[in-house]
Amino acid sequence: MRNVYLDHAATTPVHPKVLEAMLPYFSGKFGNPSNLHDIGREAKNAVEEARVRTAALINARPDEIFFTSSGSESNNFALKGLVQANSQKGKHIIVSQIEHFSVLHPVKTLEKSGYTVTYLPTDKQGLVAPDDVAKAITKETVLVSIMHANNEIGTIEPIEEISRITKEKGVLFHTDAVATTGWVPVDVKVLGVDALSLSGHQFYGPKGAAALFVRKGVRIKPQIEGGVQEDGRRAGTENVPALVGLGKAAELALAEIPNRMSYLAPLRDRLQKGLTDKIDHLVINGHPTRRLPNNLNLSLWYVEGESMLLFLNMEGISVSSGSACTSRSLKSSHVLTCIGTDAAVANGTLLLSLGMGNSADDIEYVIEKLPPIVKRLREMSPLYEDMIKQKKNV
Amino acid sequence: MEQYSSKVMEHFAQPHNVGEIENADGVGTVGNPVCGDVMRLYIKVDNNIITDAKFKTFGCGAAIATSSMVTDLVKGKTLTEALAISNAAVAEALGGLPKVKMHCSVLAEEALKSALDDYYKKQGKPSPVKLSADAGHEHEME
Repeated sequence: MRNVYLDHAATTPVHPKVLEAMLPYFSGKFGNPSNLHDIGREAKNAVEEARVRTAALINARPDEIFFTSSGSESNNFALKGLVQANSQKGKHIIVSQIEHFSVLHPVKTLEKSGYTVTYLPTDKQGLVAPDDVAKAITKETVLVSIMHANNEIGTIEPIEEISRITKEKGVLFHTDAVATTGWVPVDVKVLGVDALSLSGHQFYGPKGAAALFVRKGVRIKPQIEGGVQEDGRRAGTENVPALVGLGKAAELALAEIPNRMSYLAPLRDRLQKGLTDKIDHLVINGHPTRRLPNNLNLSLWYVEGESMLLFLNMEGISVSSGSACTSRSLKSSHVLTCIGTDAAVANGTLLLSLGMGNSADDIEYVIEKLPPIVKRLREMSPLYEDMIKQKKNV
Repeated sequence: MEQYSSKVMEHFAQPHNVGEIENADGVGTVGNPVCGDVMRLYIKVDNNIITDAKFKTFGCGAAIATSSMVTDLVKGKTLTEALAISNAAVAEALGGLPKVKMHCSVLAEEALKSALDDYYKKQGKPSPVKLSADAGHEHEME
């Protein structure tokens, strides 16, 4: 059976060249970067080289890169660290309603400890209005955090426009670029942000290696204390092999981003067209043009996402679902809720995220396999039956 | 999330008794599309015995598997026996359900009860069925 992995938004495979770069650092070059002997220095040099490469990917300086263990840690570090180190300015934070939970949850924690938070809505395509940010900023505002692109619907936010506002008003601006880094150009100078989160396993690097960019001169309070690593901002012995992998993945991404975009967008567009041609009562979520090149998020009426996911899995196709049933909380996605997707339809949502390993044949395979699954589930669905009966009565 | 048992996957992949019964003696619909599952259960009753049962379900793997199982369990049963079928019995017959999916078995029980209630009402008989107001939606929240 064919295997088609369409869940790159969840994670990507480690690139063979990345793995090759990492392998010497598990056993042979196993040193602790904090040690002064040759074995330690060898590891230290490897970590610093990874820092240079990671910085180059986002056009930052190496000393503006702080390594962490995950995108979630980077977001927690940014939100809590920036706010706590700059709270003399005020206690107001602005975020969008469609941020990842690793932004929303730390913000809720801060709210409980006396900060006030504005949660900005988006339009139906998932865009935050820069004007809304401008209006929400007060003298008390210390930090704005708006994601570069949404991880579910792929909408790319107007970060440059928002940063012009935050700069003018003297407010710190963080962006969660975990979904964009490695797929579209991410340049901290062009974006104009003060802090930016990225994660290695999202772009062919290993899990357990991520980074937070903090612009030189911006103060941030460490969240993990007890060591001098990462210039004293993040204690803990470095995950050397993983960081080497992150560096290599960054180097590959920098060279390949134009290819990735020009390969993936037409493939995604073909998938979108193939499915919309064959399946009725289908809604494409997210922005039609300002969207990640590998993202396709669709809601199908009268069918539930988890059952589609399981049937696709039986055909060797791996996807994600935005349905309430696949989440532990049994609530449908807060992103779909924010963009105004009907709660019942949100339960029929699939997220298909492409990668460089997907071929044109893979896409045709999915276009062949999904429609009969939807048809079968609709024939089983009382909601579909009701709709057909209502149509006949009209 | 916990994995589904092989029995659940079997009933999900090849569900038994899918469809509707024309001129059914009892029909029950429970659930809510917002919560992600709606079950409609049809029964045919002959001489106090459920001779046929079919279902239509909008829902996840567990919702479809429990619908399949409850229709299997109820066939050939007397009305009294059918009323005694509990959600636990449905879940057990499926080799267990992940904790967060137990509400699907509750929904299956409620769909059956609702179909039985409909049967009694259509017959003009007093219904011995106790229906819960919000079948199967005691969802665990974050």
